[in-house]
Amino acid sequence: MSATDGRHLRVEALARIEGEGALDVVVRDGVVESASLQIYEPPRFFEALLRGRQHTEAPDITARICGICPVAYQTSAWLAVEDACGVTPDARIAALRRLLYCGEWISSHALHIYLLHAPDFLGYDDVLGLAADHRSKVERGLRIKKAGNAVLERVGGRAVHPVNPRLGGFHRAPTRGELAPLAEQLRRALDDALATVWWVATFDFPELELPHELLALHRPDVYAIEAGSLLSSGGLAFTARDFSEHVVEHQVPHSTALQATLDGQRYLTGPLARYTISSGLLSETARQAAADAGLGATCRNPFRSIVVRAVELVYVVEEALRLIAEYERPDPPAAEVPPVAGVGHGVSEAPRGLLYHRYEIDADGRILSAVIVPPTSQNQAAIEADLAEVVSAHLDLDDAALTSLCERTIRNYDPCISCSTHFLRLSMDRR
Amino acid sequence: MNLSDTVVVGIGNPYRRDDGIGPALADAVEALGLPGVRTATLPATTSDLLHTWAGASLAIVVDAVRCEPSSPGRIHRVHPGATGSTELSATPASTHELSLEQAARLGELLGLEPARLVVFAVEAADLGHGEGFSPAVEAALPALLRAVAEELGQPA
Repeated sequence: MSATDGRHLRVEALARIEGEGALDVVVRDGVVESASLQIYEPPRFFEALLRGRQHTEAPDITARICGICPVAYQTSAWLAVEDACGVTPDARIAALRRLLYCGEWISSHALHIYLLHAPDFLGYDDVLGLAADHRSKVERGLRIKKAGNAVLERVGGRAVHPVNPRLGGFHRAPTRGELAPLAEQLRRALDDALATVWWVATFDFPELELPHELLALHRPDVYAIEAGSLLSSGGLAFTARDFSEHVVEHQVPHSTALQATLDGQRYLTGPLARYTISSGLLSETARQAAADAGLGATCRNPFRSIVVRAVELVYVVEEALRLIAEYERPDPPAAEVPPVAGVGHGVSEAPRGLLYHRYEIDADGRILSAVIVPPTSQNQAAIEADLAEVVSAHLDLDDAALTSLCERTIRNYDPCISCSTHFLRLSMDRR
Repeated sequence: MNLSDTVVVGIGNPYRRDDGIGPALADAVEALGLPGVRTATLPATTSDLLHTWAGASLAIVVDAVRCEPSSPGRIHRVHPGATGSTELSATPASTHELSLEQAARLGELLGLEPARLVVFAVEAADLGHGEGFSPAVEAALPALLRAVAEELGQPA
């Protein structure tokens, strides 16, 4: 059936995306009229839930927004509240927080690469097919994920929704001896991560170069994860405090989620943005792995995001090992954060991209207002644009193949739609 | 029975109303302090299930479920070994990372499965945003705890 025959394709489930959502593509006379990603946003609910709660509660409450990246929510929350209160925990606490965040990146990237993304490149419907034919590969992915979980458990108290972090630092800081056993597990994970890069580099990647502006956190000293200021591929630089000056959210008719623009333009956050802006700050091992995998200093092909994630995986495993080797136990484990009336801003690099929090609190520490901008909402417009381009370029494909390509296109961005939606369904309307 | 390697896993999000029934049940079992019984809570049926239940002689998974037609608060006991995967596939409440059926099958493929898996699925009335259960699910919690305790050979 040709694309202009007035066919209507509806796919009821788009699997292997965190959470749920819906996609509608409309084709008229062989031209893609629109590609709309419909998402519904729990962060909006959490913004309301946070009003009236104490400033100390923000990290714990927002951690519940996402089961995959709770540390990202905790981090952006404490950065924002500490900014409002004028408190900067010491370098030892900052290092332990970075280690915790590395654990989340390890776990999240391993999950996405092996369980969600790799099946696309190898022709499997899901990870079950991959596991049946390539058991050792899936075992390797789960082994890496387990190493990340071990870091989360040891530093955060548990792997899901860590309970040990608190505003100002940690309830209890682990001893050097308690962290030491992690190193052995992480050394094995480093070998596994390098093998992951070499494995995914052998996949076939459709040609596609994204034109969007890229936006990521940046630090002059290290690859930015848990802190930094913002830098775009076009050279725009600003701090978290000016985030809302440049990033503006607006309503779109097809979604209850807000979409964001950067100075009025569509933009992209996440691995491609981080790598393109800061690849020179990766470790030597990670840079060498990237070169071996055929990556240059920048990467704008979203299908190659699986390679970038694998390179980042190498980096964060090695970084976790470095942080453990250099660990000095913070004492006290947390800085006191007495409330100060004012507004604070925090932004960190969730595995999927930038996550921004803003809180206004009163002198008693009561939260007066909260704003949370998750990565998937920021990327939504770029994802829609890429879907439109992909569909336009492949209108000759039959419905099943085109739907599959749309699913792959969405998964390139590892959308954490549980940050943004509750139901995922794809419908294509071709007339 | 030997409870030395038994695990009770509650799945769900306490900020999604009745979806929190799994974690609430796990907390209630933990409070019983049964020797040899581990408890865990997960936000969804993620791959973390595999390492949580691997090697256990018995894994009990508790999750919320939506059914058509709906009878909120009704408790379904599903034993995949006895009934096949068809019934189990009906239990996931939403499309998270893996369905419970996929997690069980992946566990079998990778040798990360429990010797026996029992699923308790509680029909939800309200999976909207917020804390606290609907009246029907709130009322079902004592019966659910009794059922799980009996499964553990420990009548409550």
